[in-house]
Amino acid sequence: MIRSPTRRHFLRTAAASAAATLPIPALAQAAGGRVVVVGGGFAGATCARALRQLDPRTAVTLVETSQTFTACPFSNEVIAGLRDIKEQQFDYKSVAADGIVMVFDQATAVDPHARMVTLANGDRLRYDRLVLAPGIELRFDAIPGYTEAAAERMPHAWKAGEQTLLLRRQLEAMPDGGLVVIAPPANPYRCPPGPYERASQIAYYVKTKKPKSKLIILDAKDQFSKQRLFEDAWKELYPGIIEWVSLSMGGKVSKVDPATMTVETDFEKHKAAVANIIPPQKAGRIAELAGVADRTGWCPVDPVSFESRLQPNIHVIGDACIAGAMPKAGFAANAQGKVCAAALVRLLAGQQPDEPRLINTCYTIVAPEYGITVAAVYRPSNGQLVEVQGSAGTSPVEAPRSTRVEEAKLADGWFKTITGEMFG
Amino acid sequence: MTCMRMAIAVISVLSLAAVASPARAQRPIPPAEQFGKPIGTPGFPPPGASSCTGCHPASTSVDTPAGRLIGRSPSDIVTAVAAFRSGQRPATVMDRIAKGFTDDEIKAIADWYGAQK
Repeated sequence: MIRSPTRRHFLRTAAASAAATLPIPALAQAAGGRVVVVGGGFAGATCARALRQLDPRTAVTLVETSQTFTACPFSNEVIAGLRDIKEQQFDYKSVAADGIVMVFDQATAVDPHARMVTLANGDRLRYDRLVLAPGIELRFDAIPGYTEAAAERMPHAWKAGEQTLLLRRQLEAMPDGGLVVIAPPANPYRCPPGPYERASQIAYYVKTKKPKSKLIILDAKDQFSKQRLFEDAWKELYPGIIEWVSLSMGGKVSKVDPATMTVETDFEKHKAAVANIIPPQKAGRIAELAGVADRTGWCPVDPVSFESRLQPNIHVIGDACIAGAMPKAGFAANAQGKVCAAALVRLLAGQQPDEPRLINTCYTIVAPEYGITVAAVYRPSNGQLVEVQGSAGTSPVEAPRSTRVEEAKLADGWFKTITGEMFG
Repeated sequence: MTCMRMAIAVISVLSLAAVASPARAQRPIPPAEQFGKPIGTPGFPPPGASSCTGCHPASTSVDTPAGRLIGRSPSDIVTAVAAFRSGQRPATVMDRIAKGFTDDEIKAIADWYGAQK
């Protein structure tokens, strides 16, 4: 059955939703065009709301599987027991109140030529432009032994929610003296500083609650984001707790066995009390189904409009896209969502998109009141997003503690600000 | 003139200024002309501006050290960013971000936020 998504779902949800008080978005004013957004995270929810703000005539449908969004940034504090997961969770009521049609279902297919998205329930949604913001899919075929079932014993916790809580419970249940293993993947992956922030947060927990325990990072790479800042902070705050084994020192995990909680490299076997295996990733599944992912598993896009280089009228934003020098991060996804929305409004009006500038700042909390950042401004150049010269950098290496306190406060404010823009 | 019309007028004037500015024309990347209508059409934030609300809240109800830009005096924003860039004013992340924009870009962003409500 083919329907105009906006009318049907609007009517279905109108009675229960605050949207009932707003003008019906698409029926009267379809002139702005129909945009379907798949994925309601930092990229997708931002893009949907920005579209309505820039041109209220745009009929926007947001397809999302979950009624509750659980944010990844700051979820490492949940793992350390310093934050309630409820502080990470948001609903879509305000999004719906913007006149965005919320469809809580899974997108299962995309027909780029008919411009149609199929949902798990069989419904089909027509679009003029499609935005895919599906985030990441974990590769359960990448590390021998690390299957989806293995993740129930060796959580990745790289999608916030139940996995976050599982890792938290495991840490709480761990005997004092137990070994924590964290295994970060090679680049590219979601949230480059994330594994090291997690190591810091777990080290804080270990230091305060399980002082005989140790933490080992078995890494698939030789360098990582904000490395010097992390290493200095570890030396200062968590001496003797964290050991980092780089790729060239034999850190890459070659095999795991969840039954015996063993994590193996080519050189050593580690018996873990808690094993946090963060496997390699690729774009969320709908990207592959829509034909917008390339052989890397990620989605090449035009850096001005975020339109796919592989399929017309489909835009890919957030962690799923190949955004050149921009990292896969919540701030970046939010910035891309807004730039993509502006490009869509231009394109739907038959105009060319403006050449954008995008900002990213990754905030990391290594301990309570100890924040560090990496930031940069990006611009399109030769078909890619590149750093604007001179803009990229981390917090100063040598800095008084007051600087770390300030950045921690800013990080906290950032989370409130960005989630407010998405869901407030 | 209503505030809204005034805001649009301000933005329209700025958009002309932005297109005509020599700094923009000197950029090695494609000139603005290739990207359709002049940047700064009412409702459209100039390049870079939409990223700012990642930290600087659009809403008045968010408690954060990064203040709102909306409605702030454009000259105050321009002055602050210049001081962040030169290192005169202590910064957390703005020292780095300020280096990613030209004076003209900052002015366009500041004017746009100044005109928002």
